[in-house]
Amino acid sequence: MTTKAITNAAYEWVDERLGISDLITFGKHKTVPVHSQTFWYYWGGISLFLFLVQCLTGVLLLVYYRPGAEAYESVRQITYVMHFGWLIRSAHSWSANLMIFAILVHMFSVYFMKAYRSPREFGWFSGMALLGIAAVFGFSGYLLPMDELAYFATKVGLQIPAAIPVVGPAIANMLRGGTEVGEFTVQRFFALHVVVLPAIFLPLLGFHLWLVQKWGNAAPPSIEALPKEERKTMPFLPTFLRKDLAMWLISLNVIALLASLFPWPLGKPIDPLAPAPAGIHPEWYFMSPFEMLKLLGNVLPGAIGEIGGLLLFTVGILLWVLIPFYDPNSSSGRRGRNAHYFGLVAVFALLATTIIGYWTIR
Amino acid sequence: MSDTLVNITNPEAELPGNIQLDPARSGYGEDGESPTTRRAFLVGAGCATAAYAAALAYPVYRYLASPIETAMNATAVKEVTLKDAQKLPMGSVMMFKFGPSPAMLIHHLDGKWVAFTAVCTHLGCTVQYEAGPDRIHCACHGGVYNSQTGANVSGPPPKPLLAYKVAVNDADVQISRA
Repeated sequence: MTTKAITNAAYEWVDERLGISDLITFGKHKTVPVHSQTFWYYWGGISLFLFLVQCLTGVLLLVYYRPGAEAYESVRQITYVMHFGWLIRSAHSWSANLMIFAILVHMFSVYFMKAYRSPREFGWFSGMALLGIAAVFGFSGYLLPMDELAYFATKVGLQIPAAIPVVGPAIANMLRGGTEVGEFTVQRFFALHVVVLPAIFLPLLGFHLWLVQKWGNAAPPSIEALPKEERKTMPFLPTFLRKDLAMWLISLNVIALLASLFPWPLGKPIDPLAPAPAGIHPEWYFMSPFEMLKLLGNVLPGAIGEIGGLLLFTVGILLWVLIPFYDPNSSSGRRGRNAHYFGLVAVFALLATTIIGYWTIR
Repeated sequence: MSDTLVNITNPEAELPGNIQLDPARSGYGEDGESPTTRRAFLVGAGCATAAYAAALAYPVYRYLASPIETAMNATAVKEVTLKDAQKLPMGSVMMFKFGPSPAMLIHHLDGKWVAFTAVCTHLGCTVQYEAGPDRIHCACHGGVYNSQTGANVSGPPPKPLLAYKVAVNDADVQISRA
């Protein structure tokens, strides 16, 4: 038998049992709309790729990381003793930040293309849940090195649940594993970061991707309005997949460059008696809510400001998540336009408070 | 089907029913051009991919192999000083680490000092000194060694235990490779 015959026979054997050719036929029939906004379709795939990078580099860090009292020492070893440990850790941190960024771009593109409309509501809801979990991933992962910045960021971050009336302090203590951030906190954040969150994230991600397969990519309303003959498409297999993979390659190169040129720093070990270092600030993706709370605190001082801020956030996020019910389909008319303005206000508020936040730190 | 196999170097060439091979695929270029353009491209792309994959795999390999290197460096240890080990009573044993592996220092009843690696030559279990029968015994598969020389006496061990040189000083005991 020739190599070709052996390959064919092996393929047939597997195909009969797994139905790969059905999948290929499905992939060839599946199309992706082509229009001026097609670029934004790649951001979901980029987010997915960055998540995969998170999984791989995360497992590599897990090989040497020790939570609890030895957390800082183990990260110090990873960074300065193990060969290329600094690079693995840097790639993990950089791709985490890039992943949040890619998810945000993906979310806003979905929002402005109105891809949350019927029948894609569950895609929107599951996507928002994935973003929420990604933020908790970021918050819990930030503490794990147990350096000074991690310590104070977590200390401050846990003030937010602590501000919830009545049950807040109890929740904060439960998250901290005590009244102060310490080795118990890092141990439970570790369990959250590597077991609990992935266990929730992965099935939800599967659901999200399945919905994309089921309903396909949504085109912006202006394109949807065109008659079918005038809408251009490209086949998913191989055209879109090939472009998707090219984006993944670009993303990997960006991570490699950032991770090696700007290695993620490791601060001093925590000292519970040391004052907070000057210019301390949250990660960029938490900067906006942090600044909004600060601004609101100036207007409404004291506990009222805190509770008011929390309330404002909760309502804002809730409205954002529930937008498919307000603007359900292309016949929504004025509601569709309002949703669009709401989106613009949200983008403006996020950008403005982030910029003010960084400005006031300097 | 035939229209997809147009002769690209000569698009005007007639294609009446006959399928003409794309010269780049046929392996024979016209006007003496390199016939292997396609192959050369594929080989180049394959090499680039392999180089890229290697550039990713190398740091990961070195990262995972770091502790192996540390252990290997520890193996290169030539001498260990055991502080206060000269106080070890006769007829007893002291376990210590020689480099990365366990080792034993025995002070015999006749006053003689010996030191061996404590790794069984059969399957690598850690052996123990038994003062009663005065032997070195491996609990895994019942191997027995002579406690004076380290020679394999009975059971599965194929080789004697590696013996170290012992120098007893006023404040410590120095163990070195024989």
